[in-house]
Amino acid sequence: MQFFGGSSLTSVAPESSPAPAAPPGTGTGSNAQVIYVFNRNGVCLLYREWHRPLRTLARNQDQKLMFGLLFSLRSFTAKIDPTSTEHANLGAPLLPGQGCSFHSFKTNTYKLNYMESPSGIKLILLTHPRTGDQRDALKHIYSLYVEYVVKNPLYAPGSPIKCDLFNKHLDQYVKTLI
Amino acid sequence: AFTAKQKSISPNWPITHYSRPATLRVVLSSDLSRPPPAPISAMPPLTTPKSGDALFASVERVNAELFTLTYGAIVRQLLTDLEEVEEVNKQLDQMGYNIGTRLVDEFLAKSNVSNCADFKETADTIAKLGFKMFLGVTATVTNWDAEGTTCSFVLEDNPLVDFVELPDTCQGLQYCNVLSGVIRGALEMVSMKTEVTWVRDMLRGDDAYEMRVKLTKQVPEEYPYKDDD
Repeated sequence: MQFFGGSSLTSVAPESSPAPAAPPGTGTGSNAQVIYVFNRNGVCLLYREWHRPLRTLARNQDQKLMFGLLFSLRSFTAKIDPTSTEHANLGAPLLPGQGCSFHSFKTNTYKLNYMESPSGIKLILLTHPRTGDQRDALKHIYSLYVEYVVKNPLYAPGSPIKCDLFNKHLDQYVKTLI
Repeated sequence: AFTAKQKSISPNWPITHYSRPATLRVVLSSDLSRPPPAPISAMPPLTTPKSGDALFASVERVNAELFTLTYGAIVRQLLTDLEEVEEVNKQLDQMGYNIGTRLVDEFLAKSNVSNCADFKETADTIAKLGFKMFLGVTATVTNWDAEGTTCSFVLEDNPLVDFVELPDTCQGLQYCNVLSGVIRGALEMVSMKTEVTWVRDMLRGDDAYEMRVKLTKQVPEEYPYKDDD
């Protein structure tokens, strides 16, 4: 998408699927708002915000509710799957990867993009509501996580991420999201 | 941590032949100054796993002999430090477990594998993609039991054991125990509890390497918080 720049805009990461044109004033580094990274045990490995003017909850409360929302939403999305033949009750424990999941939901003011790896890492990225499909972007963030967090010998798995290099590359990358 | 000092290879280290092509994937790299992964434009669609060869071609590799000798050095150092062969086996398994719990994320990020339908598919994925990505070889999955929860990985080619002979004093040593630990650790991260044992070992005169993997439990996702906290 060269909509808002000439061919010199090489720092914009090329998306594999053309994203809808970002509204004026975004696509210049202010599209991504907040990211959460959780592991399977509900530990918030990373919380980082770039744009979040209003805070109504204490941080750990906020994180816990976010995890709870996703957990319930996933079990519900799997439950209402019309192609599924399973008859388990709503809320019955799912195996990782069992049933379908969702990729994003959108409100009039933001879009929540979600990815879960089979190893239980959950990535949640809040963006401007008119950003395009972020599945590739989340995959890329996951590979940044692998490169700079998982392979960092000083990082203890399951503990909050305190890797400057990861944060730096993450900041850099989300600026390119459209 | 999976680090080793090259200097601890003794001159007596049994070196018999140099025949392997010098390309192998190794898991110990943690060079934090490297550039970030390439942008994602060239990625295939999200749902298509890469083939083993494509996967192997896409990851960083190190010299095979360096890898083999480094592993040898680790085992040797453990034998010196721990003295008991049984303790060494345990330690190797634990090291493998620690590697596996991290390595699984790298595997998932780079292979585009999403979810396996059952343990059979999981085993196949490990044999064809996992082994290929990290060791440059593939394994064969055989000897399924009736319930489909136990199977064997057979390795005809095992890059860990080049140049190795077990001396008489170390006959109880499970030289490749790190591999079984890796598999146990990696599968635990995808909620499969397994027991992994070696049943055939070429270092003890068998005709191949065979690892028996038994799926003991699949752990469902639980809501991790208690109501009152």
